Amino acid sequence: MDPMEEIKQMFFVECEELLEALQDGLEQLLEDPTEAETVATIFRAVHSMKGGAGAFGLEDLVGFAHNFETVLDALRSNRLEPTDEVLTELQRSADILNDLVYACKDGTDFDQSRSDAQIVKLQALLANEGPAEASADEPAPVAEPAEVEEAGEGSSFTNYLVKFKPHSGLYERGSDPALLIRDLCELAVEGQPADIECDISAIPEIEDIDPGQSFLSWEIRIKSEATEAGLAEVFEFVEGDCDLVISAANVLAEPETAETEAELEVDVPAPKPQAQADSTPAQVSDAPADAPTALADPEKPASATPAPAAAKKPAPKTEKAREPAKGGGNATVRVDLDRVDRLINLVGELVINQAMLSQSVVESGLANSTSIAVGLEEFKHLTREVQESVLAIRAQPVKSLFQRMSRIVREAADATGKKVNIVSDGEMTEVDKTVIERLADPLTHMIRNAVDHGLESPEKRTAAGKDEVGTVSLIAEHRSGRVLIEVSDDGAGINRERVFQIAVDKGLISPDAQLSNSEIDNLLFLPGFSTAEKVSDLSGRGVGMDVVKRSIASLGGRINISSNPGKGTIFSISLPLTLAILDGMIVSVGSETVVVPLSAILEMLKPEEAQIHPLGSGESVLQVRGEFVPTIDVAYQLGFGPKLENYNDRVILLIETSDGGQRALVVDSIQDQRQVVIKGLEENYGEVSGIAAATILGDGRIALILDPDAIVNDAQGGGPTHNSSFALAG
Amino acid sequence: MSDQEQEFDVSQSREIVTFRLSEQDFCIDIMNIREIRGWTQPTPLPHSPHYVRGLINLRGAVLPIMDLAERLGLPAREATARDVIIVAMVESQLIGLVVDGVSDILTVSQNDIQPTPTMGAESSQGYVEGIMSIDDRMIRILDLARIFPKALGEAA
Repeated sequence: MDPMEEIKQMFFVECEELLEALQDGLEQLLEDPTEAETVATIFRAVHSMKGGAGAFGLEDLVGFAHNFETVLDALRSNRLEPTDEVLTELQRSADILNDLVYACKDGTDFDQSRSDAQIVKLQALLANEGPAEASADEPAPVAEPAEVEEAGEGSSFTNYLVKFKPHSGLYERGSDPALLIRDLCELAVEGQPADIECDISAIPEIEDIDPGQSFLSWEIRIKSEATEAGLAEVFEFVEGDCDLVISAANVLAEPETAETEAELEVDVPAPKPQAQADSTPAQVSDAPADAPTALADPEKPASATPAPAAAKKPAPKTEKAREPAKGGGNATVRVDLDRVDRLINLVGELVINQAMLSQSVVESGLANSTSIAVGLEEFKHLTREVQESVLAIRAQPVKSLFQRMSRIVREAADATGKKVNIVSDGEMTEVDKTVIERLADPLTHMIRNAVDHGLESPEKRTAAGKDEVGTVSLIAEHRSGRVLIEVSDDGAGINRERVFQIAVDKGLISPDAQLSNSEIDNLLFLPGFSTAEKVSDLSGRGVGMDVVKRSIASLGGRINISSNPGKGTIFSISLPLTLAILDGMIVSVGSETVVVPLSAILEMLKPEEAQIHPLGSGESVLQVRGEFVPTIDVAYQLGFGPKLENYNDRVILLIETSDGGQRALVVDSIQDQRQVVIKGLEENYGEVSGIAAATILGDGRIALILDPDAIVNDAQGGGPTHNSSFALAG
Repeated sequence: MSDQEQEFDVSQSREIVTFRLSEQDFCIDIMNIREIRGWTQPTPLPHSPHYVRGLINLRGAVLPIMDLAERLGLPAREATARDVIIVAMVESQLIGLVVDGVSDILTVSQNDIQPTPTMGAESSQGYVEGIMSIDDRMIRILDLARIFPKALGEAA
């Protein structure tokens, strides 16, 4: 790759992190709009993106970030009140910035009018800011608002004395004092250039000079309209790399106090994190080992927000600026996903190998007490642990996904004119990266549904005695080796009568069907079902919940719905932690061993002869609790054997298909239930109908992993062709 | 080993692995061959072409096994424990070929290879890249790329 391109890619990766920090900051700001540190964090995030974008000539991004930054700066210096309106605009701007970054990254076109419109709005916010407040009355917003005696009240100019002494680190990082000073001088009042003095007294004799050291310091007298913070901003990127003292001229009379006060103030960003790090060691020292979890604890109480925020943002900065040894260097390592996948594959093979080894030791008849058996047991634990750790590398917190969802909620709320509040919990729950990526679409759909169909209009809500602001909540948690994600709303719940009626109208069920409440709820998942009375722009574009259900099923997950009239609806999704491993039921089919994904199996039973009823030619149904479920002879379907005459002594796996129906899979016997490592067939072979993948059993043989849905489809649609080929054979 | 007396132009020479199938001699360029291993009972694959025997575990990878004789339309043969699997790489696909047994590795000159004579529409014709004579035997050089469709599953 072109090195510049590589750096650019790194910039985009960094942008993703910054956007996340931005989003975090904005959320914190909603809780406490006056927190200066949060505003500063947001500002820095936007500023860094602007800086990076400038380096790559991404003009659109720079332009937008600049306007965004200007508003944030106004907020930071208390020239702008953090009203709800302002916060909403900030949120929208963040969304647009997000889109811009992705547009630049993917090289796609961006609708310029959107960002332009937002820029206009942002500028409008600034126009509202009172000019009186814009004076230097409230200095030092960067740091704590330490009170500094104000010079020249009423006058808009202040005389400052800036003392600037760079450390050697500043030079090492490639900063140039000349440029900084030039920037500073640009802040001077027109016609009154700054007076710059360089102090060369610290320079030793030439033979004693250490070229790596810094000996120069500067004193700049400047008359400026800017606030002290405005001046300090020039030095923002060299914070911690220099001694900087900015003092207003009128307190020059008492330089001692002025200096200490000012020094305190400017130095704050640097030493503060250190103090934070000491008081909350978990927040920072754990960061390198377990970065995402330590950085933003979702459980943090609102009152504690400033602390993690402070520890979080400036921490990397100080680490970089000061000694890299502190905290053990970078908190994260970026690794190519391919490498991780290769490692996961290798570990998968190691696990199989270990199983084979164990089995051959058992077969060799060695006593359990021999050192080989003991060592092998140890080996087994180790491989398990290695496997878990490796899979954890791929795991990511669902946070990024949830952040995207809160944006979907905002957009949906705007589009429908409803007032919606999104609550999320368990953002740090970790799931396989691929699962997260493939969850985005179904979740988006569900969230839109929740806002569009789930929540009532504000008028209806008020009439029902509810808060007019609806709530959509998104919860993730680990539960018994799986991940549970819940999307719920506090809307009106499912209108079961209407759902039933629609299903009847669309011919999905017969009008005299007797359905339980949960069965009616599950009608929503039927293909071709859409309850929206009119097709809205937002949801109901023909893709319904059946698509959601199918995509969840393709991830090995299941989705459930429960609804409480007047109170709301809850969709819960249960997902496997990873796609590399599958919980499977190992069954015998004919002479072969086949794995059936556990997630598809509803129950297993040994049928009585009376439960099986022939239907049509050679087909039969299983009667279970009053319902008739079509049977599928798996061995016949896969071509492993002739069609069974009867199902005596066979086992039936009752499975649920993606269209909500049930099928009874007839297999010979059940061997075991265990986790298997998934091996794709596509690479060396291609796709096989009815088979999802393969796995390797403990004895080294290959077993096929069944794709229950495909088997069902084959048995229905693909049936005739398959039958004919069998007719030829038999 | 080779008892050919002639001088080889190194750039013109290639190494081949010869094997017998149903009383005929075939060979494959050695560059296509990853390894040669003993017989392992494969797991049958549903809905596969008749010449696909199934899948075996090659050190953690899933390897499809093809009966080369059946693929070439040669007389059907019984699988025995003495069969050998040649693991070959074709483009980026790994595949196992069942043969009766591997006989030799030879270095031959490109000049020894003669084009396949046109013999009408016999099915194996298209798979033979060329023929050559070594001692009194005729050896058929297989063109693996033509034996395998792009993805076997799609051919089913």
